[in-house]
Amino acid sequence: MLGKRIIAAIVLLLGLHLAILFAGFFAPCDPATQNRDFPYAPPTRLYFMDAGGHLHVRPFIYPWVARPDSFYDYQESREHEYPLHFFVRGPQYKVAGLLPSRIHLFGVEPGAHIFLAGTDGYGRDQFSRVLYGGQISLAAGILATGISLCLGLVIGCLSGFYGRWIDDSTMRLSDLFLVLPWLYLLLAVRSFLPLHISPTEAFFLLVAVIGTIGWARPARLIRGIVLGAKTRKYVIASRGFGASDAYILRRHVLPHVSGILSTQAAMLVPQYVIAEVTLSFLGLGLGEPTPSWGNLLANLQQYNVLVSYWWMFSPAFALVVVSLGYLNVANIFQDRLQSGI
Amino acid sequence: MRRAVHAVLLLLGASILCFLLSDLAPGSFFDEMKLNPQISPYTIAALRSAYALDQPLAIRYGRWVKSVLRGEWGYSFAYNAPVRSLLVVRARNTLLLTGFASVLAWPIALLLGIWAANRADTWGDRLTMGGTALLLSVPELVLSLCLLYLAIRTHALPVGGMVSVSFDRLDPWARTRDLAMHLIVPVTALVLSSLPILVRHVRSSMIEVLKAPFIQAARGHGIGRTRALLRYALPAAANPLISLFGLSVAGLLSGSLMVEIVTGWPGLGPLLLEASFARDLYVVVGVVLASTVFMISGSLLADVMLVIADPRVRVE
Repeated sequence: MLGKRIIAAIVLLLGLHLAILFAGFFAPCDPATQNRDFPYAPPTRLYFMDAGGHLHVRPFIYPWVARPDSFYDYQESREHEYPLHFFVRGPQYKVAGLLPSRIHLFGVEPGAHIFLAGTDGYGRDQFSRVLYGGQISLAAGILATGISLCLGLVIGCLSGFYGRWIDDSTMRLSDLFLVLPWLYLLLAVRSFLPLHISPTEAFFLLVAVIGTIGWARPARLIRGIVLGAKTRKYVIASRGFGASDAYILRRHVLPHVSGILSTQAAMLVPQYVIAEVTLSFLGLGLGEPTPSWGNLLANLQQYNVLVSYWWMFSPAFALVVVSLGYLNVANIFQDRLQSGI
Repeated sequence: MRRAVHAVLLLLGASILCFLLSDLAPGSFFDEMKLNPQISPYTIAALRSAYALDQPLAIRYGRWVKSVLRGEWGYSFAYNAPVRSLLVVRARNTLLLTGFASVLAWPIALLLGIWAANRADTWGDRLTMGGTALLLSVPELVLSLCLLYLAIRTHALPVGGMVSVSFDRLDPWARTRDLAMHLIVPVTALVLSSLPILVRHVRSSMIEVLKAPFIQAARGHGIGRTRALLRYALPAAANPLISLFGLSVAGLLSGSLMVEIVTGWPGLGPLLLEASFARDLYVVVGVVLASTVFMISGSLLADVMLVIADPRVRVE
């Protein structure tokens, strides 16, 4: 039972990550290409049955055309059907940021656009933008988790293993970080750092800030494990045989830590992705033109967008699915940890 | 007493941390003025020295501590007023919001958690757990955006701010009603976001207790199911839940930050955001410290409740 659940959860997560890593392949459009004729076009519908009642094996679409004398109001033009093709040639992109390629998973013939999740105010394909935005948001979450866990590991090991004043001082400091409400601290720290910087700088700044602030909890947990492992009989025995501190840490202590590390990682990644989304939503993170889930959601700050264009919620949907996957995995890890496997 | 000293030390540490971090800041509030050719560099320098921004960090910190002791909490450049006058109003609003949310969330969580624990591993329990898992992965930002969408689409609830424009002209009864209507959206968002963790904890600690032999004994003596649950199992499961109450204050505070910003509730959250953009240093420090005070008092309150609820803790 446990086995099936964990496989399902991991397959879901892996699929999402692959889709986002190879965003260029899965996305039909370039995230920055503007279709000025189609601002706020609703999601394109896929059909199997045409107007004449004939069933098609290959799904097709009817393209949107603007209603005459109207803004942002579209109807389907039923004159011509555009069948959906797979592995089509489209705009150039780089596979995972490395190899140039033009092959896209799906697309339609030129003359029509396929907007699976509608378009934004500049007519940019929202589906492609969500995929590309996921690259930034997930990378930020995963990197920041890496920083937090590394800091937590080093500090937790040092303070658990060597004790005395190192332990006292780091644990007092972690008290401080744990008592400060996390999001308030994050905003405060971000406010003390420069606002107007290039997207690359902003990305790394964000990752560093998010990762550094969250060191305290993993450090606490790891310290507890190290304290427990330090007094095991075989550790004392190997110390008697003259093993060095580094050897004992690597050989006897760190293996105990791996369970906590993986659980914490699965819990922290969604939290940090949400942190990036929150900061970018507020305009303190990455801004336009680089898409990230946060600044895609920031469109919803405009009253008319929030009310009229429900497909602009699509990054929120992606965010919820990703954190659902991660929290599921975290739960399973936690259960395993507690049942002592 | 020891706890109180500890709390004061934590606050001191937090303020020092904030000041150290603020020293990293490349600019200050008055930097924007440099762009304005009508303001001479001398004016800016004079302003900087008037607010002691040209002094070294230690001196600024000392002056700030003095102003805290005077009850001013530093000075806001943007509002041109002592920080305390801002903080008191905003903290009151945040307290109102989080207070209502926890008053609502706890009974619901207790009911749902006990109900789910009572019928563990039935479809009702699975449904509750699935629902909480889903809610757990919806961040406050998305939750409040969705609620805002619903509120606007249905035209049922007022959106944004705390009171209507006509608030001053209303009679007391209508004022309360107006305030309550404005509270609904942010409070619902907060309750929904804090509920899953509470329900899960209530459920797991109840399940733990329900396994105990004394519950079986009570049932064997012919004590009804409801009575066994509420009179026997719940008090035994209460201790971790009371501690959780202290922790839930933290969750509510962090959650209310985003809820306030999105729904336009004039609490600490929007103040912190504005101050962040304006580099209004002392306001940022003040908000962070105010939220820390809330957190510490939450855990202190939980400790006091634990002492009242459990005689064993009193002996220790």
